[in-house]
Amino acid sequence: MSVSETFKHEVALPEGAETVEAKLGYLDYKKSPKPHIALRDGGPESPCATRCADKPCVTVCPAKVYEWEDAQKKILVAYENCIECGACRMLCPFDNIACDWPAGGFGVKYKYG
Amino acid sequence: MADDAFDAIVVGAGPAGVSAAIAMARAGLKVVILERGEYPGAKNVQGAVLYSRMLHEIIPDFWKDPEAALERPIVEQKTCITTEDSWVTVGYRSQKFLEGVPNCYTIIRVRFDRWYAEKAAEAGAEVYAGVKVEDVVRENGGIVGIRTSEGDELRASVVIACDGVNSIVAQKAGFRKELRPAEVALGAKEVLGLPAEKIEDRFALEPGQGATMELFGSITEGMLGYVFIYTNKDSLSLGVGCKLSDYQKKGIRPSDHLERVKRHPYIKKLISGAKTLEYSAHLIPEGGFKSMPPLAADGFLTAGDAAQMVNAAYREGSNLAMTSGRLAGETVVEAKIKGDFSGATLSSYVDKLRRSYVWSDLEEVKDLEAAVERSEGFLDFYPRLANDLAYLRFSVDGRPKKEHLKQAIALVRKRGFLRVAKELWPIRKAAI
Ligand SMILES: Cc1cc2nc3c(=O)[nH]c(=O)nc-3n(C[C@H](O)[C@H](O)[C@H](O)COP(=O)(O)OP(=O)(O)OC[C@H]3O[C@@H](n4cnc5c(N)ncnc54)[C@H](O)[C@@H]3O)c2cc1C
Ligand code: SF4
Ligand code: SF4
Repeated sequence: MSVSETFKHEVALPEGAETVEAKLGYLDYKKSPKPHIALRDGGPESPCATRCADKPCVTVCPAKVYEWEDAQKKILVAYENCIECGACRMLCPFDNIACDWPAGGFGVKYKYG
Repeated sequence: MADDAFDAIVVGAGPAGVSAAIAMARAGLKVVILERGEYPGAKNVQGAVLYSRMLHEIIPDFWKDPEAALERPIVEQKTCITTEDSWVTVGYRSQKFLEGVPNCYTIIRVRFDRWYAEKAAEAGAEVYAGVKVEDVVRENGGIVGIRTSEGDELRASVVIACDGVNSIVAQKAGFRKELRPAEVALGAKEVLGLPAEKIEDRFALEPGQGATMELFGSITEGMLGYVFIYTNKDSLSLGVGCKLSDYQKKGIRPSDHLERVKRHPYIKKLISGAKTLEYSAHLIPEGGFKSMPPLAADGFLTAGDAAQMVNAAYREGSNLAMTSGRLAGETVVEAKIKGDFSGATLSSYVDKLRRSYVWSDLEEVKDLEAAVERSEGFLDFYPRLANDLAYLRFSVDGRPKKEHLKQAIALVRKRGFLRVAKELWPIRKAAI
């Protein structure tokens, strides 16, 4: 059995808590036509599907860019939600994330910061 | 070198880059700032407390400029140590903080950065936003320019990397490897809109004045870090910042942490009825002195977060960025006069840093975090102890005070007096 078959990420949020999705709704982006994030290996033998039991990219990314798709046994990357904190490059224990900044002028546009 | 080449290319229009550019442009150097955000500030997140002294050294009396993007001058700073349902607060308020050069202000970074970048333009620097630097250009071992994500090449005598915590420029130049999760904190914050009168009532403030508060203890959920709440003109900044390795170990998303923080009885009252205006996240370099990359090389300097210059024990970063940026700029001005941009000449930047508070402060706290980390007691035992002791001190329960004292001593004895002394001793460095 691969480690990922047992991976479930459920968070007990307090009642009435705002989800990440709702928080992202406050933000403006200049949508980049080109993804700035890629998995080095997204296939069936990737570390995501075979070795990475905790999946810190899924649990920690403050914009919920990474989701484990159990049916396909792979990580889905919603790069357009990225708020460019830069954490995932360091978070992945298998160095499987190539996360650059979007090209000049693209990506998140904070109004307050 | 071609005539259209620059004396210096500054990568990043944050406090470090703008300070460097101002120092050089004022001396008549040909300077360009390249910023990847659509406008300066678009990518930048801070608490944000701005320390005045270091900006005053660059823009004298900046607080008198009606255009300066400042929120509130801070008259009170508090620290709060929480358990789930109780807290001990220590704070200090004084109008003295407003005399002379006011001690510090809250700012909203996006507004501040736009204003500050404007100052660089006024000094004569060219500021280009929406330009991402992709790599450095090398010739004969030295750095002679940069390449943008659009493929354009720009040349200069010096490239100053002020591109923040995740410095791609320093990495591409081969001066640093990827940071590790234990070398950074992940901060997430919200700006919560609240009318000025409500803020002044809740924090007991005179109109226009401000307060800051940092919270430790149960509220960080066993992670090394803190929660902050700062007063802006008509909003509050509420944020969390804990070691990335701790978020990683616990599998906690900072946005969820923030939601639980909002429900702590202390915070709940302060933010009640406030309306979220924005959510953001950013890394904070915390490796300090020990993770500093080489600061000078042939045609290259680095300052601010890119060089890990954050004093995590004191939430100071933007001031170190301004000072180091200014010193980097002054170094380039000297190099221009000498006509020598070699690493040997540029390393006088390091001497300048050594003579400033930047070096001494970073050196002073370099072992502090390790000391705190070695003892899980700071995350649970000491916060509880502080609250238990406060409870004993303030409760009148019909028992003689002598018994309270005995009980208090017993609480400390549980951990061992020697151990407590040993664990608390390093903390003196954060006390003054
Ligand atoms: C949550 C939080 C709270 C904080 N609170 C405080 C506080 O209260 N007080 C304090 O003093 N400090 C605080 N800090 C730290 C402070 O924000 C930083 O130390 C400071 O911003 C560093 O300035 P800098 O100019 O070095 O980097 P930054 O402000 O990060 O600026 C770097 C700039 O470079 C640009 N850039 C990056 N890569 C490229 C590229 N490849 N090409 C072109 N441009 C690029 C970025 O868009 C950015 O504008 C806080 C930080 C965080 C995250
Ligand atoms: S942390 Fe890395 S290896 Fe693990 S699931 Fe995410 S991308 Fe895959
Ligand atoms: S940079 Fe930050 S927000 Fe973007 S995907 Fe990585 S962890 Fe998520």
